[in-house]
Amino acid sequence: MAEHSQTAAELEPEAIEAFEADDEVQGTREISATELKGITESLIFVADEPIDSKTIAKVLRVEQAAIDEAIQSLVEDYGERSGGLQLREIAGGWQISTRPEHHEHVRTYLKSRPSAKLSLASLETLAVIAYKQPVTVPEILEIRGVQSPSAIKTLLDKRLIVARGRKETVGRPMMYGTSKEFLIQFGLKDLSELPSIEDFQDLAGSVANE
Amino acid sequence: MEEAFATKISTPATDKDGSERAPSISVAGAAPAIAPDHETDQLKVTLGEFEGPLDLLLYLIRQDQVNIYDIPVARITDEYLRYLKLMEELDLAVAGDFLVMAAQLVELKSRMLLPRDSTAAEEEIEDPRAELVDRLLEHEKFKAAAQMLWSRATVEQAVFTRAEIETDKNNPEVAVGLFDLLTVFQKILARHKEEVLMEIEREEVTMAEMIERLRNMIRSAGELNLVKFFERAQSRRELVVAFLSVLELVRLAEISLIQRETFGEITARAVAPA
Repeated sequence: MAEHSQTAAELEPEAIEAFEADDEVQGTREISATELKGITESLIFVADEPIDSKTIAKVLRVEQAAIDEAIQSLVEDYGERSGGLQLREIAGGWQISTRPEHHEHVRTYLKSRPSAKLSLASLETLAVIAYKQPVTVPEILEIRGVQSPSAIKTLLDKRLIVARGRKETVGRPMMYGTSKEFLIQFGLKDLSELPSIEDFQDLAGSVANE
Repeated sequence: MEEAFATKISTPATDKDGSERAPSISVAGAAPAIAPDHETDQLKVTLGEFEGPLDLLLYLIRQDQVNIYDIPVARITDEYLRYLKLMEELDLAVAGDFLVMAAQLVELKSRMLLPRDSTAAEEEIEDPRAELVDRLLEHEKFKAAAQMLWSRATVEQAVFTRAEIETDKNNPEVAVGLFDLLTVFQKILARHKEEVLMEIEREEVTMAEMIERLRNMIRSAGELNLVKFFERAQSRRELVVAFLSVLELVRLAEISLIQRETFGEITARAVAPA
């Protein structure tokens, strides 16, 4: 029972390689497209974190393209059905979750309230790091005009940012960047999904010009 | 003038020790307000979430509805200094960051007063305010980006994934074996040896008494760290009895033992009656 629920992501790389080793002829296991789609959906469902098609392909010992196809078909299914679940690409993987519009009822059942959000200072610091990464503390200070030590600590504690080595400059300050957890918590496929910072330019100019 | 201010402060939401104050957070819209109190003829000042000197400056510019590309430096500087004085009176720690900006503003003000070099070509004359304007606009952009992040996070919080699935990895209950228990016991035993205790008289604790003690401790606390339980034992003999009583209660399925990580601490917990 427990073994079945072990997620693909947790499989040891060696274990996956071992799979591959004794699978001399690729695709010998005849898996129909329908079956492949079903298995793919199951794996996405049990995975603790967004799971990518490469991992699924390794577990099933099939071509990654076949999995990509299966996922695409699943995405269409989920879209057409407009049920309670959605299949989304997050942090470079796929994830099944509830739809945000049902949150009220889901929360009532789970007896959960929206958890504490980040403070304004933390969010601004996070925004600077997300757009300027890798970025040092002095550089963040320059943009925010105010020190943000507690904000950085909070972001590190929440694993939203990670240290990215030191900058080869005076004092060798630590550089920070956003983490995978950041992508997950903010529902982003990857960093390129963030709107361009220049898009905020007009907004800033027009607000300031009011 | 400042003395007449009746001040009401809502402190900025700091995230000291990492704890976020959820309900008080409002994003980007937080603005200080000065409202005349008609009854007492005093001004009530609410300092909003000024994150820093740039925010204060932006606020003053917006409040006066001046063009950000053509800031009346003298007026804004005066207002800025007035706020600063007020803030200094209220919270000295806040003022540190703001003083640098104050100095820059005053410098800018004096530069604006200097006569311009009339010999220089028109396009070569650089507005001394340009750098500040750039910084303000850059800052504003990131404030907007922060707001975007906030809305994204809000939507994401309305999205739920399935609950954790029980696996060997996250179900530590099955992971405690007899040898894990023995290891803990041995450690305590070794520590016990080193302690020189004056034994005055032999106090016999029976197995039944020990089991009762264990039951009570688990019942009162909900769960019990086994190391703590063993350490209560006053003698080697008592320790052995304690160990056996743990085994006995496990055998009777009254308690279950949980070890969250390999070689971690072992906790005993009462098994809910079926």
